[in-house]
Amino acid sequence: MTENGPGPNSQAGRAWVFGDNIDTDVLAPGRYMKGPVEAAAAHCLESVDPDFAGQVAPGDFVIGGGNFGLGSSREQAAQVLCILGVAAVIAKSFAGIFYRNAFNLGLLAVLCPETGRIDARDRLALDAEAGVLRNLSSGERYACEPVPAHLLALIADGGLIPQLERRFKSRAGKEGS
Amino acid sequence: MAQTLAEKIIARAAGRAAVTPGEIVTCRVDLAMVHDSSGPRRLAPMLERLGVGVWDPDRLVVITDHFVPAFDAASAAIQALTRDWVAAAGVRNFYDMQGVCHIVLPERGHLRPGLFVVGGDSHSCTGGAFGCFMFGVGATDMAGVLATGETWIRVPETIRLRWSGRLGRGVAAKDMMLALCARLGMDGGGYQVIQYDGAAVTELPMAERMTLCNMAVELGAQTGLIAPDATTADYLRDVGAELDGEAGDLARWQSDPDAAYRTTLDFDAGALAPQVAAPHSPANAAPVGEIGPVAVDRAYIGACTGAKLIDLRMAAEVLKGRKVARGTRLLVAPASARAAEQAAAEGTLEVLTEAGASILPTGCGACAGYGGALLAEDEVCIASTARNFKGRMGATSSRVYLASPYTVAAAAVTGRIGDPRELLDGAAP
Repeated sequence: MTENGPGPNSQAGRAWVFGDNIDTDVLAPGRYMKGPVEAAAAHCLESVDPDFAGQVAPGDFVIGGGNFGLGSSREQAAQVLCILGVAAVIAKSFAGIFYRNAFNLGLLAVLCPETGRIDARDRLALDAEAGVLRNLSSGERYACEPVPAHLLALIADGGLIPQLERRFKSRAGKEGS
Repeated sequence: MAQTLAEKIIARAAGRAAVTPGEIVTCRVDLAMVHDSSGPRRLAPMLERLGVGVWDPDRLVVITDHFVPAFDAASAAIQALTRDWVAAAGVRNFYDMQGVCHIVLPERGHLRPGLFVVGGDSHSCTGGAFGCFMFGVGATDMAGVLATGETWIRVPETIRLRWSGRLGRGVAAKDMMLALCARLGMDGGGYQVIQYDGAAVTELPMAERMTLCNMAVELGAQTGLIAPDATTADYLRDVGAELDGEAGDLARWQSDPDAAYRTTLDFDAGALAPQVAAPHSPANAAPVGEIGPVAVDRAYIGACTGAKLIDLRMAAEVLKGRKVARGTRLLVAPASARAAEQAAAEGTLEVLTEAGASILPTGCGACAGYGGALLAEDEVCIASTARNFKGRMGATSSRVYLASPYTVAAAAVTGRIGDPRELLDGAAP
């Protein structure tokens, strides 16, 4: 990881546990799409857990079942989780577009087949590089699928736009010398 | 080495002789499409930050459809920003309020076999009906494409869904997709490619093939794909698509006979009954007879999935000489200006309005739940759209059933969900 990465060897956070098929309309409802993303964030997941947006703390984890983030390509579905300070989304599987969007925005998305063992408000610690999720509340350890190197690089860079910015700058620098 | 159609298109875009599922490759993008919601208003700040413009403005198509028509000052501002940006960026392919992007793009001749296309909307997989590899991405991904002309892809495997037989009267491509959602689940596609083929698919007109590919995302696939044939070529010729060179070489854009599939599943179109998906998932689909006579407040014919000219015709077949039931509202938002124009010219639109339908502006409309025609608390809607997620079309407690235009129109007439074949076979009451 680079020095300014968020450090997936992160400190512990609480688990917010959701089931299968959490869709993009639930994450970022369409009627808030016209406004600033910050406004949509206040309504994130409200139709399945009205307490979530108000009570989630920076560093907490969103735990999903299968097919997390299905539906629309709207990346606000991932962005609202960034705005709320979520450290990572950990699920059994992700919808493909959401998965790409998450990394593009610098949000870690980790595949873990054992999310069903996690209870609401369990304290978790994730080491994405090692592929290990520790449940500090139950003492269990869960193996996660390793995140591909080019996606870890996106997280280290803070997302696609900062990564491209760096690439363009270094290219301009070379051309200038 | 034998290759699937998807692998051939990706290999071409990656500048390779062949690609293997699982490998990550960088592809040159032939065409990019964005709409007013995921488009300029989100892309402009990112491109500004990068200090670059669009890599090739002639390879970008911009279409307004989500905030159409603008319903308040904020949505009007998004439309205005879109128009200003298009002019400043030198984008010539701009379709303003001409219909839903997935319909307008092929209608105006932008798609053709063999292209590698990205769209800033999840239903971009609709383009696969034309034998191109087209998939949906978010705005930041799209900004990367516009800045560099490239994107990365993990080469998907292909899942082959082979449909034999022939759809019965009153049964449509939408029913095939709802049945597949129930059978495979919304993650059955596993972000791989779904290739539709077989006699029943070959027989479908392009508009129905578009419905198959449109809902590939509801199966969790990266995209859907149908190999081009004479039907494809006829459509492309009609809309003036460029068919010189690679795109016209239909023999090249086919899966090789011995290509490797992740799996092949067989289905019989002749045995398929009209399907209805209960709230809140397309995967909650079952034959209409198993759903029960649920009373509906609203019947909605709309969206890229269910309001093309062919869909309006299906609804008209049921509605001809009949009236919408008392206590039920029928709303129709044609999927494109051309579809509306043709429906008006041939009398289809008149059948709908005489039955009591309210015609809404062409665009994403109520399907996207952005603002117009939202559902109230506890209201029940049956829609020809693709998604019935909780709260998508309005209040959290509203309930949306999904079905074909035939079945939606039948529910409008009787006020409750039922088998449209009963109305198609009998005489009008």
